[in-house]
Amino acid sequence: MSTHDHDQDHDHDAHNAPESGPALRVKALEALLTEKGIVNAQALDELVDTMEHRIGPHIGARIAAHAWFDAAYKKRLLTQPDAAIAELGVETRVLGTHMVVLENTPRVHNMVVCTLCSCYPIAVLGLPPVWYKSTAYRARAVSDPRGVLHDFGLSLPDDVEIRVWDSSAELRFLVLPERPAGTEHLSEEELVALITRDSMIGTGIVTYPPKYPLKTAATEGKSAASEHRG
Amino acid sequence: MNGVHDIGGMHGFGPVVREENEPVFHADWEGRTAALMRSVVTDRLFNIDEFRRTIERMPPASYLAATYYERWLYALQALLLEKGVVSSAELEAAVSRAREAGAPGDGYGDTASDSAQTSSADASAGLHRRDQAASPQPSGIALRYDRNYKPRFTIGDKVVARNMNPEGHTRVPRYARGKHGVIRHDWGVFVFPDTHAHGQGANPQHCYSVEFDARELWGPDHSVRERIYIDLWEDYLEADRAQRSATPRQKSAPAKKPAPTIKRMSAASTKKGLVRVVKKSGTTKAKKRAVRKR
Repeated sequence: MSTHDHDQDHDHDAHNAPESGPALRVKALEALLTEKGIVNAQALDELVDTMEHRIGPHIGARIAAHAWFDAAYKKRLLTQPDAAIAELGVETRVLGTHMVVLENTPRVHNMVVCTLCSCYPIAVLGLPPVWYKSTAYRARAVSDPRGVLHDFGLSLPDDVEIRVWDSSAELRFLVLPERPAGTEHLSEEELVALITRDSMIGTGIVTYPPKYPLKTAATEGKSAASEHRG
Repeated sequence: MNGVHDIGGMHGFGPVVREENEPVFHADWEGRTAALMRSVVTDRLFNIDEFRRTIERMPPASYLAATYYERWLYALQALLLEKGVVSSAELEAAVSRAREAGAPGDGYGDTASDSAQTSSADASAGLHRRDQAASPQPSGIALRYDRNYKPRFTIGDKVVARNMNPEGHTRVPRYARGKHGVIRHDWGVFVFPDTHAHGQGANPQHCYSVEFDARELWGPDHSVRERIYIDLWEDYLEADRAQRSATPRQKSAPAKKPAPTIKRMSAASTKKGLVRVVKKSGTTKAKKRAVRKR
């Protein structure tokens, strides 16, 4: 920001855009807010740690697998999502948002976007990936969902109805993916391991055997969580 | 505002590119920015709608060129200045001190490739509550009112998203304005962003999930098998008076005009007709539909 008020109109952009080096600017802001007693380094460290390591798609995968495993739970999850997710020890009602769970079926495929910014069910999936926040995804998901799914290597039959949810308010959407055939013998833990982040956004589906065995939400989440437990 | 952020339906941004093994943050300063933003919103120096409103006002070229956390940083800084939490002189002095203390490479620097895929506001960290213990002020933000407000619409109502172009913050995307849809869910009563973003009060009102056919939004060459659901506050909507008759959910064509015969029928005669049909046949619903469609 300019130090002279009259500069603001024509120079607004140049002074505000963080090209002066975002790292430097953040550092300065943190120092200033610390001086004023508004933040403290330890609390910020904890927040970063939470965002980086504690929350993530492994939470959503647990929820989805439990719903596959337990029909009564699934019913509660679809009708009272905040309460049902809380049963698993996950608090979703933070920063004023509320969860909605969308069930994929052989006939209906749900996918989630936020065209205006990048609203995302952080409590159950962690921070959004860059592609979710990209202009490419935000622009096209509502007008060409099948084309977007194609970018993800997913081609759904023409008779499947696609429902795109534009997160324009304080509802946060979690897609409950379809349980793949041939998984009847798997344990709940094994089911968790199949579920990918993208399948819970609706840009992917769960496959069995898994397409990317090393990149499921559960394995990512687990390794991160175990590193930072205790 | 009709800003650059409102990009639903725009062309030219290319394919969606997925990064394999993507880290949560691409540089340490990104995590720091996210944590700062979250702390400041939590402490109610400003609210989430003010944050979004500020990002939207970023000059369009800068918005498109900036990465996600650069936009956050921009808004964070602009709002702290606007609210008088920090002055520009203080801020510039702090930047100078930080520069003297060391190049931005040390401490938390621009390390990894700050992937230039763009994005925007919000994504306000909704975190595990038990993980927030260290945060000075656990999030007590309530944007939903668990009190009774009489809803203006009920599920199944046909509505039109208002053709409105406010210069201030709004959450009705341009691609929906003037379009016809159906109320599918009532999410309850929420703070109204258009006023909340500008210090004009909470103005609580019902927020609904409104279903739009892809053909209604994008034209007849789009698939009948695509529907878009947008969460819209009451003040964004008006009753669709042109379509009084409730057509069944399944619509094979984007035909918005109700059958003229029905329009001319009075409510009473419609009712009578239906009653007669019901008496004649057991398949009430199918017959009702048939009558309405005629």
